[in-house]
Amino acid sequence: MRCMVFVKATADSEAGLMPSEKDLSEMGAFNEELVNAGVMLDGGGLHPSSKGVRISYSDEGAQVTDGPFAEAKELVAGYWVWEVKSVDEAIEWARRIPFNHGESVEIRPFFEAEDFGESYTDEMKERDAALDAKIQEQRQD
Amino acid sequence: MTVRSETTSSTVEAVWRIESARLIATLSRLTNDVGLAEDMAQDAFLAALEVWPESGVPDNPAAWLMTTARNRGIDRIRRDRNLRDKYAALAGELERAEPEPGPERAVFGEERIGDDVLTLLFTACHPELTTESQVALTLKVLGGLSTEEIARAFLVSKATVSQRIVRAKRTLSESSVPFETPAPDEMGERLGAVLGITYLIFNEGYSATAGESWMRTELSAEALRLGRIIAGLAPEEPEVHGLVALMEIQASRFPARIGEDGEPVLLMDQDRSLWDRLLVRRGLERLDLARAQGGRGPYVLQASIAAVHARAARPEDTDWDEIVSAYDELLRLAYSPVTALNRAVAVAMAGDPESALAEVDELATDRRMREYHLLPGVRGDLLARLGRGEEAAEEFRRAAEMTRNEKERRLLRRRAGDAIRRR
Repeated sequence: MRCMVFVKATADSEAGLMPSEKDLSEMGAFNEELVNAGVMLDGGGLHPSSKGVRISYSDEGAQVTDGPFAEAKELVAGYWVWEVKSVDEAIEWARRIPFNHGESVEIRPFFEAEDFGESYTDEMKERDAALDAKIQEQRQD
Repeated sequence: MTVRSETTSSTVEAVWRIESARLIATLSRLTNDVGLAEDMAQDAFLAALEVWPESGVPDNPAAWLMTTARNRGIDRIRRDRNLRDKYAALAGELERAEPEPGPERAVFGEERIGDDVLTLLFTACHPELTTESQVALTLKVLGGLSTEEIARAFLVSKATVSQRIVRAKRTLSESSVPFETPAPDEMGERLGAVLGITYLIFNEGYSATAGESWMRTELSAEALRLGRIIAGLAPEEPEVHGLVALMEIQASRFPARIGEDGEPVLLMDQDRSLWDRLLVRRGLERLDLARAQGGRGPYVLQASIAAVHARAARPEDTDWDEIVSAYDELLRLAYSPVTALNRAVAVAMAGDPESALAEVDELATDRRMREYHLLPGVRGDLLARLGRGEEAAEEFRRAAEMTRNEKERRLLRRRAGDAIRRR
């Protein structure tokens, strides 16, 4: 399954403070580990919200607001896209992120084909049932 | 919001998935015996299942698993007479191999772990083993999959998989296969075997050979992960990147490969907006890397063909001439009638179905193609294109009888019906 891991903003990241060389090299090593484990598909860091804009929509049309925006912990400072077997695996990787100054991340699984449509779900269920039956059958011999 | 504090068996399994290959690889180096190393690692895993739900996951789970595996290994050797005779010296050595204290991830020499994992991969795909054993052992020791998961993925019984793994371990031990990287003159061939097994696992998921299910994506996902790990271990090998690029581009089509009715959708009929763009992008970038390394091997060429499709926004934008010339290069490297059949399809798509049919007719005389259901499938397609509907329908029906995949059979029967109606 694919997860997006949001790195939440902090007062420092919102102030545009760049990470120290030590933090960068630790993060580099961690990213390398993720890539070599076949887990990391994508990732990147984002500018502070002062460089961002928000667009909100209503029946009167789209309204554009310039940053910065309040509430740092509601904002995103970076992201990863991970391919893992389970949310538990993502959690175990996330435990290893070299963060220790009050940062936080949020793990959100992507929708996948089987999350859509009733008919597809039924079809999947049917398929799984057939699969189970087949395995049972083969266990007998 | 609730705080997750519980350590469950699925937490332990997740840590296992992350750590097991490195653990087994390091233990294999210490014991020079993959079978024993796997048993020791398994003991440590069982211990973690008992202890962690009470104590929580330790700060350095890798070191915990390593120490536990080692201690239980020493016990095992001392307790069991057969093991004691064989590994008398080893127990002492293991005792001396103290984990290095200090920084979190340093366990028994971090810098060697990559080499150890690569060696483990070569050993799991050792030519002394049967293909089935190579597949099972690779998924077990490198993928961290349980016997049950492997059994489920391959639709065989758990006992069958256990047997394959036991047999593999026995063969390695009886043939005294040392735990070492292949000699330089064997390297190409041995790496080829590793890539071959990886692609076989991918394909087993991509186009299930038997049964009702058209795709078993979890196997393909496992193969992709394995491929990416190999690429990290052998980053200078263009064929490794070629294989990963090929798998990424093929996997990008998974969301478009099954229609709403659950039936397979062929490449030219797929809704390309469903293709996974992240995988396409990664596949194309990796292919560029492989080419920049001078790669023109079979996987790089197959990835190049897949890339032509990936770049075409609409089916009619496909550069078929480029595909034909990639097939020509592939056939010069390694002739196979299946590749030749694919080339014929590309020739037809490039606008020359008559030459394509002549090529397929010639391939039909190849004895190796007699059981191959795609040949009548392709022949039917070409005949339909040339307006010979009756003959086309007959070929589709023949192909339907030959395939072992139920969904594909239904698709072929439908095409037989269409061929007659269209006439």
